[in-house]
Amino acid sequence: MKFVMAIIKPFKLDEVRDALTAIGVQGLTVTEVKGYGRQKGHTEIYRGTEYAVSFLPKIKIEIAVGSDQVDKVVAAISAAAKTGQIGDGKIFVYGIDQAVRIRTGETDSEAL
Amino acid sequence: MKFDLSIARGARVASLAAGLLALSAASAFADAPTPNKGDTAWMLVSTAFVIMMTIPGLALFYGGLVRSKNVLSVLMQVFAGFSLMAILWVVYGYSLAFTGNPSEALNPFIGGFSKMFLSGVITPDATAGMSFANTATFSKGVVMPEIVFAIFQLTFAAITPALIVGAFAERMKFGAVLLFLTIWFTFSYLPVAHMVWFWAGPDAFTLSADNLETLKGVIGEESAQKFLGMLKEAGEDKAKIQAVLDEFSAAVTATGGFLWQKGALDFAGGTVVHINAGIAGLVAAIVLGPRVGLGKDNMAPHNLPLTVIGACLLWVGWFGFNAGSNLEANGLTGLAFLNTIVATAAAALAWTLVEWLARGHASALGAVSGAVGGLVAVTPAAGWVGPMGAIAIGVAAGIVCFWAVTWLKGMFKYDDSLDVFGVHGVGGIVGALLTGVFVNPGLGGTGVTNYAAVDATTTMVPYDFATQFSAQVWGVGTSVVLSAVVSLVALIIIKAIFGIRVSEQAEREGLDIATHGERAYN
Repeated sequence: MKFVMAIIKPFKLDEVRDALTAIGVQGLTVTEVKGYGRQKGHTEIYRGTEYAVSFLPKIKIEIAVGSDQVDKVVAAISAAAKTGQIGDGKIFVYGIDQAVRIRTGETDSEAL
Repeated sequence: MKFDLSIARGARVASLAAGLLALSAASAFADAPTPNKGDTAWMLVSTAFVIMMTIPGLALFYGGLVRSKNVLSVLMQVFAGFSLMAILWVVYGYSLAFTGNPSEALNPFIGGFSKMFLSGVITPDATAGMSFANTATFSKGVVMPEIVFAIFQLTFAAITPALIVGAFAERMKFGAVLLFLTIWFTFSYLPVAHMVWFWAGPDAFTLSADNLETLKGVIGEESAQKFLGMLKEAGEDKAKIQAVLDEFSAAVTATGGFLWQKGALDFAGGTVVHINAGIAGLVAAIVLGPRVGLGKDNMAPHNLPLTVIGACLLWVGWFGFNAGSNLEANGLTGLAFLNTIVATAAAALAWTLVEWLARGHASALGAVSGAVGGLVAVTPAAGWVGPMGAIAIGVAAGIVCFWAVTWLKGMFKYDDSLDVFGVHGVGGIVGALLTGVFVNPGLGGTGVTNYAAVDATTTMVPYDFATQFSAQVWGVGTSVVLSAVVSLVALIIIKAIFGIRVSEQAEREGLDIATHGERAYN
């Protein structure tokens, strides 16, 4: 079992969701987040005053998948979220110790 | 003739007024002018428009510009300020602004107490029914109900202190705000309104035996008889008649406010409202000091759509403010209306263009800020300049206000939170000075009417740039000095006795919770 966490550009969410649905991913969790990386921030000017906006809005996607599916999922996200511009985001993959489906009590891969 | 000129010299008239007003419901004089219903209806609509400028318009304009933790505090300061001024206006404000002062020395600067509680404006009578006094407009023989004039002016008195709120937003104690606005209203707004707008009305300049009742009320019976005698002696000699008229005109003019006598033009309140409020804002911003975290924290406006909605309500309401200030519904009202459109549009475009060139973006906040600057600048000019003059004034205001809020503020490091000085003070000064330029009929302006005549006719004052411009400078200078001194003294006193700033902790938490105990967004 693997946990895939990706930070992507907000306007790419629908494309990423479609790509993941197409390869059979059955659920994902989305969070609106802010952060910075190489893209850094930008400045906004209100009348005379400049404000440096150092944290940009991003979307965080979290998906738990079976180990055999990880490569497909990572490839799908990479392809769908890519614009080629700085700030496209990152994908992190890590292991899952345990999973439980609350309604049925199923565990681990059955719970995914 | 028996209508009671609101403008008549207070003490002298006070004794007459009761007797005259009792007659006013059923006039015994066939030729007494009665208010035109169209004019009156227009003035009531204009009055409602100016109210719309303030409590939704200005409040939203300001509310969107502050951080979300302070939006209610700003709305509440505008709302409570408006309500407080409305009450003060009918108690003593109208009287101090629009009556004569019994003291000759004080009369040019402040009115008297003869119309406190609107005494004489409306007169209840158990047998004859309530009677309503009339007051002058800008045309001879045209009057309006004085109560309508008084409410129209109430809305001006109520918006002006509310304008200042933007300068000390996000940090001033609520009690100190109300106290400051009350003191400032009494010692700065009312005197400036009196100095600029208090005059005897057009009919007081008609030197004729038929007009004796009006003249007696303005310059006294003895003086009136003297001028009528001089006129008789002059016979048919045109030069002599003119000399008598000039002397008579000077005597009537001397009963007006200080800046009125100087000939300062202020159609709808550029000096009285905007310069006055802008300077008070600047002084308040300096005395209070900058907001905690200025330059470090992100103080970006929390909701620009609110600000844009507010600015649009201001623009629409401003038709009441400017076109209503003609006190009649006629062609000149239409001119003031048009000027209020084109000057504003020109200023919005000018700010947008300059910002685009200088900063690389044409922002929505810039466009509406420019529009408000244009509205401010065309306020003194609305009924004095032609549409092309108004466009020129708008362009100038858009550019100069942009400079004031971007560079001037940065250079002097005062924290005028919402640019009350940069937009209202600076825009007001630009408008007041340029009114003196574009009133010139040679530049498409209306010119200035000379009401002095032996009958109901009028003539024009020949335009002279130096005379008119120096009158405008007098207007600007007087308002700047008085407002600055009153604001400074008031704030120092309040600071010493009650304190003017909320605690640093309250400021960080936000005034909505700390002062008003509520949150805007849940």
